[in-house]
Amino acid sequence: MSAASAVGDGPLLEIDGLKTQFFTREGTVRAVDGVSLSVPRGATVCVVGESGCGKSVTARSVLGLVDEPGRIVGGRIRWRPAGGDEVDLATLEPTSERMRRIRGGEISMVFQEPMASLSPMHTVGSQLVEAIRLHLPLGRAEARDRAVELLRRVGIPRPEARMEAYSFQLSGGMCQRVMIAIALACDPALLIADEPTTALDVTTQARIIDLLRDLQARSGMSVLFITHDLGVVAEIADEVVVMYLGTVVERGGVDEIFHDPKHPYTRALIGSVPRMGRGSRQRLTTIRGTVPHPSDRPAGCAFHPRCDVAVAGVCDRTDPPDAVVGPARTARCVLYDPVAVSASPPADGSGVTP
Amino acid sequence: MLTFIARRCLVMVPTLFAISVVAFLIIQLPPGDYLTTMVTRLEAEGQQVDEAMLAGLRDRYGLGRPVHEQYLAWMSGIVHGDFGQSFEYGTSVSSLIADRLPLSIVLTVSTLLATWLIAFPIGLYSAVRQYSPGDYLATTIGFLGLAVPNFLIALGLMYVMHTVFGYSVGGLFSPEYRDAPWSLAKVGDLAAHLWIPIVVLGTAGTAGLIRILRANVLDEVRKPYVVAARARGVPERRLVFKYPLRVALNPFISTVGWVLPALLSGEVIVASVLNLPTTGPLLLGALRSQDMYLAGSIILIVSVLTVVGTLLSDVLLARLDPRVRLGHR
Repeated sequence: MSAASAVGDGPLLEIDGLKTQFFTREGTVRAVDGVSLSVPRGATVCVVGESGCGKSVTARSVLGLVDEPGRIVGGRIRWRPAGGDEVDLATLEPTSERMRRIRGGEISMVFQEPMASLSPMHTVGSQLVEAIRLHLPLGRAEARDRAVELLRRVGIPRPEARMEAYSFQLSGGMCQRVMIAIALACDPALLIADEPTTALDVTTQARIIDLLRDLQARSGMSVLFITHDLGVVAEIADEVVVMYLGTVVERGGVDEIFHDPKHPYTRALIGSVPRMGRGSRQRLTTIRGTVPHPSDRPAGCAFHPRCDVAVAGVCDRTDPPDAVVGPARTARCVLYDPVAVSASPPADGSGVTP
Repeated sequence: MLTFIARRCLVMVPTLFAISVVAFLIIQLPPGDYLTTMVTRLEAEGQQVDEAMLAGLRDRYGLGRPVHEQYLAWMSGIVHGDFGQSFEYGTSVSSLIADRLPLSIVLTVSTLLATWLIAFPIGLYSAVRQYSPGDYLATTIGFLGLAVPNFLIALGLMYVMHTVFGYSVGGLFSPEYRDAPWSLAKVGDLAAHLWIPIVVLGTAGTAGLIRILRANVLDEVRKPYVVAARARGVPERRLVFKYPLRVALNPFISTVGWVLPALLSGEVIVASVLNLPTTGPLLLGALRSQDMYLAGSIILIVSVLTVVGTLLSDVLLARLDPRVRLGHR
């Protein structure tokens, strides 16, 4: 799946130190606080994390879709389209023509609530044709033909008839297929899927995941997949980015993350996935405590109050460094920082690699 | 769609019947009738009342008969297009209403149009540029318009126009045109007078609609389908007009139905203050002198307009909103 087309230098999308904050009356909420990640050409990158960890805001920041009172306050989002100039999406005006052409034309997005993402006042077909004609120089009839073809491609039966349907006449799964068809309308280089299966039932989830994987393999586009479901990650990801409270805590290939998780949070996350057959009478492992609200994040490492291997006097005082733990692998934890470790050896050093 | 309209028309029949009964009962509610009111007035003026004449009148108008007989007589007349006689004016109710209804309609429709023309862009602007100076200005003026009673605006406007510009603003016509036959000059004269009642009657409505539209659009602009449309590259201006505004229009359309009767009967006080020859003051006078057929007929007509208006707005709503048309949610 990760066959990269060697056009241009560097990854297709490179987010570097992104900071998106919400300026509310109660104070500033640092929803995304220095996120760095990159999406290689033709690869699927999964962003995982609990609710409120800033994964959706990261995705929305890419397309300048952060609602008031939120704003990107720092960092860079380098977009390198094949055969085009590099743009920094973080500084691009959200209402500019360049951003408008990128939205839907170069980067598409699929959302969490498929029913609510389609206007109830317009037919499925009219919204699909609109997406096509916004970016491609096609006439009405040609655009319509392309729309029907797209609906067929995403597995909608009787696509001609469905063109005239309204969102409330379709099931959630069908609506999500329509949203995917709209997203694919202009052959984007990157598809951002923001928890596209969360609102669907389990069998429909599996079908939508299969569809996305299939479409990705055929078109060779890159996918940035936001989810909190580790099962989905295991199924489609090439690379995984684990987020906690607005920061990236660990990055790596999918096999490395699942078989050799470095960060205590990643280990805890993977440990809390229920497994079949193994100790059915045992209690499910959970991460103790709850995610703090981003406006009252703990000092030092944001995860330390819930961490089993936290080092008193270190984790609650200093920000952990982004330690490189392998090729294209980082973990944001003092356990992997040679300086911090030598200064104060961790209580449980089992996971430490020199 | 046709079966929908047909079904709605069928439902209207019992509704209208019930309305006519209630209208009739309401005008019967106050103690006494037109004749007792007349007797009190005559006695207050020190005149003698001839009992024989009273009995003759009571007999002629059927006032002594039981209520349901009076109702049946009234209804059977209406079915034949006869709304009965006005006691006070001594002419048929139909001709009295026919005299005033057209001007009422002109005033109502032009007020409605003016209200929409002003409220629509301002409301939309207020929503799209929320918390901008323009929004605050519109909001302030809007609340003032809502809070100040119409008749007070009428009085204030009359006073200012008279003292500052030396211009009399009462009525809808200048004296020389009042009884003149219709001509281009008379229409021009009407237009010159019409703007004052439009301003007075329109302020509260405009203010209300600005607030409604602003709230509706604000409710819609953050919905996922708007974000999704933005994410596929729909330009901002087109986005607002095509998506949130379409949904935000629904409450507008569903209230068109009752804007009609409200304007027709709601301008009573303003019309009295401004001395307008419309149906409002006619109704007020008829109620005060217990001129029952006149009052009953006006109430009935206004009610029928409400029912018809509701049907109209339902049909419009079904045309515009597929959720209504296709019977979902």
